[in-house]
Amino acid sequence: MTNIHLTIDGKSITVPAGTTILKAAAQLGISIPTICYHEYCTANGLCRMCVVEVEGMRLLQPACLVPVAEGMKVQTRNARVERSRRTIVEMLNSAVDLSEAPEIQEQLADYNADPARFPEAQRRERPVIDDNPMYVRDYSKCILCWRCVQVCADDAQYTYAINFDGRGFETQIGTFYDKAMPETTCVFCGQCVGVCPTGALKPKREWLLQEGKTPDEIMNMTRAQRRRRGRG
Amino acid sequence: MVRSDTLDLTPLRPILERYAPQGRPGLLPALQEAQALYGYLPEPVAAAIGQALRVPLADVHGVIDFYALLYREPVGRTIIRVCTDPACWMRGADEVLEAACRRTGCGVNETSADGAYTVERAPCLGLCNCAPAVNLTFNDTRPAKTVSFAHVEVSQLDRVLSGKGRPPEDYVGGDLCIVTPLAGRGRRMTLTEYQAVGGMQALRRTLGEKMAPAEVIKLVNDAGLVGRGGAAFPTWIKWDGAANAKGSPKYFVVNADESEPGTFKDRILLEGDPCRILEGAMVGAYAIGAHRIYFYIRGEYPTALERVKAAVDECYAAGLLGPDVLGTGYALDVEVRSGAGAYICGEETALFESIEGKRGFPRIKPPFPATYGLFGKPTAINNVETLAKIPYIITHGPEAFHRFGTEKSTGPKLFCVSGDVLRPGLYEVPFGVTIRHLIENLAGGVVGGGLRAILFGGAAGAFATAEHLDVKLSFEDLRAVGLPLGSGVVMVFNDTRDMRQVLLRLGRFFAHESCGKCYPCQLGTQRQYEILERLARGQALPGDKERLLDVGWTMTDASLCGLGQTAAGAVLSAMKLWPELFES
Ligand SMILES: Cc1cc2nc3c(=O)[nH]c(=O)nc-3n(C[C@H](O)[C@H](O)[C@H](O)COP(=O)(O)O)c2cc1C
Ligand code: SF4
Ligand code: FES
Repeated sequence: MTNIHLTIDGKSITVPAGTTILKAAAQLGISIPTICYHEYCTANGLCRMCVVEVEGMRLLQPACLVPVAEGMKVQTRNARVERSRRTIVEMLNSAVDLSEAPEIQEQLADYNADPARFPEAQRRERPVIDDNPMYVRDYSKCILCWRCVQVCADDAQYTYAINFDGRGFETQIGTFYDKAMPETTCVFCGQCVGVCPTGALKPKREWLLQEGKTPDEIMNMTRAQRRRRGRG
Repeated sequence: MVRSDTLDLTPLRPILERYAPQGRPGLLPALQEAQALYGYLPEPVAAAIGQALRVPLADVHGVIDFYALLYREPVGRTIIRVCTDPACWMRGADEVLEAACRRTGCGVNETSADGAYTVERAPCLGLCNCAPAVNLTFNDTRPAKTVSFAHVEVSQLDRVLSGKGRPPEDYVGGDLCIVTPLAGRGRRMTLTEYQAVGGMQALRRTLGEKMAPAEVIKLVNDAGLVGRGGAAFPTWIKWDGAANAKGSPKYFVVNADESEPGTFKDRILLEGDPCRILEGAMVGAYAIGAHRIYFYIRGEYPTALERVKAAVDECYAAGLLGPDVLGTGYALDVEVRSGAGAYICGEETALFESIEGKRGFPRIKPPFPATYGLFGKPTAINNVETLAKIPYIITHGPEAFHRFGTEKSTGPKLFCVSGDVLRPGLYEVPFGVTIRHLIENLAGGVVGGGLRAILFGGAAGAFATAEHLDVKLSFEDLRAVGLPLGSGVVMVFNDTRDMRQVLLRLGRFFAHESCGKCYPCQLGTQRQYEILERLARGQALPGDKERLLDVGWTMTDASLCGLGQTAAGAVLSAMKLWPELFES
């Protein structure tokens, strides 16, 4: 395999061709922030939090996708990059509830984001969907990283129970004609809950505990549910 | 209205049978035809289509929800779409929208209680030269019928709603008549008429005489032709790339999704002279070794769609398309596709996704279409106007093409002039004439006041002022003063116009049309729109200027595709020209 020589933040490094800027930087101990990127999901370049400046390129480049090139000169954090990153997390924070997304909270702090940057901003507020015994969906916390849709489809489970609603700012994750999860092809494998980074998808038990229910109450609720289903 | 519990799926069967063999690529046309039968897409209909075409139901849902012209819920028997983007706004579109709401008793984007009407605010309908424009779908006829009307007056609204509005009349003028001789005559010129003025000679000389494809590409290269869809990329490089790419089959795609606010050139060419575009595409397909052309036409262009289909039929009947074109043994087919209400599908990779039966999400580039295009195969895709030049280049030669224009911007160019001028219309000129010549001599000058601003390149463009009037219209001259040529939009505003209202409408357009894939644009177009809205109301908050700058530069610098990368262009250019507009 050919090796590629490049410099990142002034430090030289040699990596195999095909390595992304993100991975090459990591080898130098330089950590580039990411939101949508996940080791086991197809990278789609959605959040653009990982953008870096590459000499000679007109626009900032997403480090999670762009492969290194011979002689490339990368700057991972300068004023231009910081402006984009700070604005991205500020806009995200103005649209969705990030209270259970610790990694994004750290990024907000790291980039000096103003939590009240966008006054009067429309938020994506949705009621919690509690339609199955396994997990709840709280899309007010959804950052549209696509991971759940991808693991439900070709990245893992090939179940195709969920897809998108709407478009643009109004995009949300949804089911066929808004059906309840048990009426879809969902097999309750739990992979989507596992990859969700913000608490938008959450095991039912965890949610009930957060809602202030005691373990005993939860036990009784599930028993009652099972009885109802037995009768039905 | 069709209720789903009494739904009869029998009429759907022929549609399912026709599209099932196509699988997922048949999804959009199947949904469109089904909707034309049922008025909307009831759940059992969508489910039956998904099952027949073997598309996961959640994905069917995702596709329906992406496109503005597909409906999951019942809509009115008449859908009224009023364009309120800048050109129509200047001619009273807000009053038309208000009157439509009053007349039907529903708010914007609502359906009246009796199910008679749905009123929508439409993005630019490509009728800016005969503003204000309205697009209607008559859902109580089977199949449903969509039409557009121009010069809509509030007093004539009832006539319009009963389908008797004024059809668009396009003024076509300019210094040249190279690609427009048959355009703007109020009807489609037939294949016979096109051939009578030398049409299809280019096809005969290339494919017909088995000219080496490399030779065809060389002619296009020698002519210096660059794309007219906005990016000004050399056409020959795209063709050469697709011709030499490994992989088969190869595809040729016509991008007729024209939706850039202020642009109507492709519509006028398609409606008047579709054979010329077809010929350009057929020559292109031959040059790259493709045997199939996809012709993707904007969903809000029903007349263009109908006329292109008629022209395709004539070409088949004349042996110019089919299994054995001109007796050469070369097979060439055209499939006409209709968009379904999504500006983003004009972006080439989003357009491919749309043909493949998916949401119109743009892809990450590279790979580029030449190697990985439609269905992952080598593909060349061109704008309608680009293809309109091909027949001339082949029949008259590259030198003839060079006689027009400047050294670096060769050939004729179409400009879409709209707004506050005496004669809005389509003008064909050689590259290199001045903005002043176009506006004052050809379009009759500014009306209603002095010149305030000219929007160049569309919503994705930038503003010019009176200072720029003597700048030459060429890629190099415009670039030197920071103006994009884009798709050839020249929208004129007199000094009585409230530029904050103009910006508000551009902002709303992008917020409505963002696909939602990448964060900078998904969030930024919404935040930008909200700030512009405050500004237009005269209620800007302290810090809004800095917010606009941060949001604008973040979209420009970090978005995934050209939509987000240009969504702040006009706003940022206005901030430079008129900083006072952005003070609270
Ligand atoms: C958001 C967006 C919308 C676009 N819309 C159109 C369009 O409606 N028609 C078009 O020809 N090109 C459009 N383009 C440009 C195409 O991606 C592509 O560059 C063009 O079809 C290439 O054709 P050309 O080289 O002949 O100009 C659009 C690009 C973007 C980013
Ligand atoms: S810039 Fe991003 S969100 Fe906007 S249209 Fe392109 S991919 Fe979609
Ligand atoms: S991590 Fe690279 S775009 Fe999200």
